[in-house]
Amino acid sequence: MKKVLITLVAALGFAAAALANTGGIAWDKAPNKTNDLAALQNGAKVFVNYCLNCHSAAYMRFNRLKDIGLTEQQIKDNLLFTADKVGETMKASIDPKQAKDWFGGNPPDLTVIARSRSSGGQGSGADYLYTYLRTFYPDESKATGWNNLAFPNVGMPHVLWELQGKRAPVYQTVEEHGHEAHVFKGWEQATPGTMTPEQYDQTIGDLVSYLQWMSEPAQNTRVRIGVWVLLFLSVLTLFAWRLNAAFWKDIK
Amino acid sequence: MAVFKEISPNASAGAKLGNWFENRFPTAFDAYRVHMSEYYAPKNFNIWYIFGALAMLVLVIQIVTGIFLVMHYKPDAALAFGSVEYIMRDVPWGWLIRYMHSTGASAFFIVVYLHMFRGLMYGSYRKPRELVWIFGCAIFLCLMAEAFMGYLLPWGQMSYWGAQVIVNLFAAVPFVGPDLALLIRGDYVVGDATLNRFFSFHVIAVPLVLLGLVMAHLLALHDVGSNNPDGVEIKGPNAPRDAQGHPLDGIPFHPYYTVHDIFMVSMFLMVFTAIIFFAPEFGGYFLEYNNFIPADPLKTPLHIAPVWYFTPYYSMLRAITGEMMYALMACVLAGAAFGIFKAKLPAFLKPVVAVAAIAVVAMMLSIDAKFWGVVVMGGAVVILFFLPWLDYSPVKSIRYRPDWHKYMYGVFVVNFVVLAYLGVQPPSAIGERVSQVGTLFYFGFFILMPWWSRVGASKPVPSRVNFVAH
Repeated sequence: MKKVLITLVAALGFAAAALANTGGIAWDKAPNKTNDLAALQNGAKVFVNYCLNCHSAAYMRFNRLKDIGLTEQQIKDNLLFTADKVGETMKASIDPKQAKDWFGGNPPDLTVIARSRSSGGQGSGADYLYTYLRTFYPDESKATGWNNLAFPNVGMPHVLWELQGKRAPVYQTVEEHGHEAHVFKGWEQATPGTMTPEQYDQTIGDLVSYLQWMSEPAQNTRVRIGVWVLLFLSVLTLFAWRLNAAFWKDIK
Repeated sequence: MAVFKEISPNASAGAKLGNWFENRFPTAFDAYRVHMSEYYAPKNFNIWYIFGALAMLVLVIQIVTGIFLVMHYKPDAALAFGSVEYIMRDVPWGWLIRYMHSTGASAFFIVVYLHMFRGLMYGSYRKPRELVWIFGCAIFLCLMAEAFMGYLLPWGQMSYWGAQVIVNLFAAVPFVGPDLALLIRGDYVVGDATLNRFFSFHVIAVPLVLLGLVMAHLLALHDVGSNNPDGVEIKGPNAPRDAQGHPLDGIPFHPYYTVHDIFMVSMFLMVFTAIIFFAPEFGGYFLEYNNFIPADPLKTPLHIAPVWYFTPYYSMLRAITGEMMYALMACVLAGAAFGIFKAKLPAFLKPVVAVAAIAVVAMMLSIDAKFWGVVVMGGAVVILFFLPWLDYSPVKSIRYRPDWHKYMYGVFVVNFVVLAYLGVQPPSAIGERVSQVGTLFYFGFFILMPWWSRVGASKPVPSRVNFVAH
């Protein structure tokens, strides 16, 4: 019977989900800074200044940013470009019709993007975003002039290119199963950006952490509470165990 | 009217209050005695007997969290996705309520599958408990309907396309199919009308039926008495009883099994809350990643998979290809040939069997395999209802059955898990073959049970239950 139990338990945790592979290179591991308020605030600043022009975060209210240590006045003074009141949700400044003309489709809403892009096999949604935002390269064959290694043929241009500068991917030709294949080896900086590569990675790390936090603002709260809940239940279980034993000790 | 009970004026205030109520509502007091303090349950229950109580607990969790979710949720195609995110971020403790409900759905199926397997192992469906089993199977069906319709409500991509795929299956029914699918959807595609009716069914209709069936399941169980791991009837005519007529192998449910249940419930809650607080998505199995993308009728996801608890049946559906139909036809013909040449059927029935078999094969040839996939998927659940009349083993419990029966059950479980696994995977040639073999085994296990359950020497069943003091 033990065997059966083990099989059942194993069944519940079986291997990673095979969700659709979007193509592109392997994902880098994103730093998790969702507990670092300074990083989240910096991420929020980058998000509002760069992303919110075209993307919305239609389920996220500006005043929820109080959770990452900002005051209502700070939000009003520094971040409220696309709304009038702090109780409003984050709308994009772009007109959806124009967006469709420019990019061939409406830029997706970003509220829960970090959750929806997770893939059991490849990594978390944050890993994907961290890779995606760091692998743009100029490509004249595309309408926007940009392409991406994590999301081939993406419709979005490299919005942060001034920060990162222009880079070109370097490929190595290898012999694979009798035919030649191009394997991505690294990057070659064509023109410098206003940030060093380390600063850029740092900034993207902050932005991605912000996106991850925004996708589930309660994510760190629930872990903190969960520890207490489990501690309480352990004590309860202990008492319940002794109570049970006390009732059953005389049953023969 | 029941006899009015007098109580001594010297009795305690509590006793007097109890007496006052008992004289005015004796039914409640009788029910307490019949179902709790004087319900004698076998004292040799093992851990497998906790899952019924856990299923009740999860049902209560689902109802209570559901009530709070409905306060904030909007059953409207334009607002549904946003209202769930509103619950997740702006409603105080909304995330907790929502995770309890979403984790509760999966937990419900885990405990119910284990509860059903317990019944299978110890022969809990055998005479006189056939109705208990049938009510249970009906509960399982309701649960599937409840889960399926509830899954549409968050209005994400998986909600939408999962519902689209399943409702389209009904369109495969000959003649009435398209109209039937239209009736279910309320529209030509899954849309606002579908969302509204699924919401109504999910929060009112199905829960009402579910509660009624749970009542029937419990009342019928307490009428015939619980089975136990030894399959010994503790209340049978020859069962030993004490001077008051209580079964010696039984023990009052309250307090003995209530303290048991409190202990096991707190253990269960540790696992349940660990998932809620630390891994509510459960690696994409309890909350699918794609479901965080709002439903888009114009964008079909690359890979549509139902939530894990439906995947064994989904595998069986996908296993029924045009090729597989020939295997099924061969099974039908082999079964008919056996009935005609080998079984001891009355002579007049033999041509009936032959004609029926030919008719079924003709239908199998003329109707699309997709329809038979739906039949197989539904049949996989419906066949459970017949279990009490398929099992011919001379003993109830697996403990006293021939050893090879244990392996048979082991293979059944592994097969079910493999089917579940294949159901979450994208279709593949090898997966298709394996799921076809798995489907044949699943049905063979039940349909051939009248024969295989008799093969092998069973061990002697003791007259008393095995109880080790603890």
